[in-house]
Amino acid sequence: MKMTPKLATLLILAALVLLAPFLFPSNFYYRVGALIFVNSIAVTGIVILTGYAGQISLGHAGFAGIGAYACALAPAHFGIHPALAVVLGAAISALLAWLVGRPILRLKGYYLGVATLGLGILISMMLNNERQLTRGPDGIEVPELGLRALLKGWGLDLTNGQFWYYFCGLCMILGAWLALNLHNSPSGRALRALHGSEVAARTVGVDVARMKLQAFVISAVYASVSGSLLALQNKFITPDVAGFMHSIEMVTMAVLGGVGSVLGAIFGAAILTLLPQVLTVFAEYEQLVLGLVMMLVMIFLREGLLPSILRKLRRKGE
Amino acid sequence: MLKVEGLRSRYGRIEVLHGIDLEVSQGEIVTVVGANGAGKTTLLRCLSGIQPVSAGTISFQGEPLTGIPAYKRPAKGLTQSPEGRQIFGNLTVEENLRLGAYNFHDERVGKDMEDAFQMFPILREKRNLAAGGLSGGQQQMLAMARALMGRPACLLLDEPSMGLAPIIVQQIFDVVESLKGRGVTVLLVEQNAFGALRIADRGYVMENGKIAMQGAAADLIADPRIREAYLGI
Repeated sequence: MKMTPKLATLLILAALVLLAPFLFPSNFYYRVGALIFVNSIAVTGIVILTGYAGQISLGHAGFAGIGAYACALAPAHFGIHPALAVVLGAAISALLAWLVGRPILRLKGYYLGVATLGLGILISMMLNNERQLTRGPDGIEVPELGLRALLKGWGLDLTNGQFWYYFCGLCMILGAWLALNLHNSPSGRALRALHGSEVAARTVGVDVARMKLQAFVISAVYASVSGSLLALQNKFITPDVAGFMHSIEMVTMAVLGGVGSVLGAIFGAAILTLLPQVLTVFAEYEQLVLGLVMMLVMIFLREGLLPSILRKLRRKGE
Repeated sequence: MLKVEGLRSRYGRIEVLHGIDLEVSQGEIVTVVGANGAGKTTLLRCLSGIQPVSAGTISFQGEPLTGIPAYKRPAKGLTQSPEGRQIFGNLTVEENLRLGAYNFHDERVGKDMEDAFQMFPILREKRNLAAGGLSGGQQQMLAMARALMGRPACLLLDEPSMGLAPIIVQQIFDVVESLKGRGVTVLLVEQNAFGALRIADRGYVMENGKIAMQGAAADLIADPRIREAYLGI
């Protein structure tokens, strides 16, 4: 088999997921790992939207909120299995993204950023204020997914931390695989092309508005699934998941690591998820650090950390 | 093949095309020449659907193009190679060419790409490099090759000689001339009136948003008024 960049990325991710536990000083790190993977899924969606299609969303946490609360509310109110609730949340997120994106993405420029900013705040406000439904800022419990018990029945006995670590890792690799397939497909090429020149994309026959809308809907589904997985593993969720800071966090992770590359963006997600866990001081100054990171990357490493490092290494190798 | 009647277009409240009549027949190379700001590029943008038309009609192969969005026109056989090249800089040369064939998913795409590489061998050498790293002349070659990948019946070329060294310009014009042999009809918009009229069958001269003169390219080159105004001879 030929070693394509796609295969290399997937192998690196799989190796990291499987080998990292040998270095874990305590079981706590399974939990940190699972959080990294959950963030990586959302960030992979940002790569498709921002890295491929060149569109910016400042409200993607809103979709994560929908995915998370679908897992809390749908089983309780409609008696749906939590796994189906993940799909339901993704469908609602996709529909909402389509409704919001359709009129806006016909326009050129950064209108999507402004509109998603409003959408994210709206969703976050709804989750905070609709107390009868969401129980407001105190949060709400989320039912057990039940997959771990099923695996135990088949003789695979994992601790809760281990289960979520491997399960989210698998989901992250699956998400990366889909995004990489898109990258090299005619649709992916069209997305990256309109990023370069919308006029030229139209002259070769690309329906620019439709392609942008597709990218937006797909990335909303990624964010929604990421929110669902977070809710299911915590078994509890608060409206913070849909908050503005979470949206900014997603974009910063992607931009820091390299928004044009799936592996780079996941690298960014890993760094920014790890930092507050390792350096507790960081947690206090998180917003400050996020802003600073964003500025420094934009000034010094426009492509993001990983692509810049790889380029330096390649140059040294020559 | 391509027929334009009474075409008017405006930017905001300012009308820049004041009723253009123009016709291109199957297999011809027709050129539209004129000074900067005469409305040549606007005319092409109307044809490819990027610029709104305020009055008049455009029909292509007997079918009116009114209301057909820009992205659907290449599939009908009308493809534009836009001004200023507009290649996809962060994509590779090969990806650019594949995008040119965006509407096609058959084996002919590979063959067309081989044709493109034969026409412009330098593109084969650079096929896996980012198109943004190509020189201006190479980018123009890529833009033309990309447009040809869309299997156009009629190719709209906007200022292919712009900003290029004379030797490259000659090469580009040679390729345009050779398109005739491949059955591609060409509408060529150019400031380089002499070079364009030399390879064209017929020509139109545009001035201030109107057609000022038209005729066989050979006659236009010989016309003393044109020689004085545009050819600087």
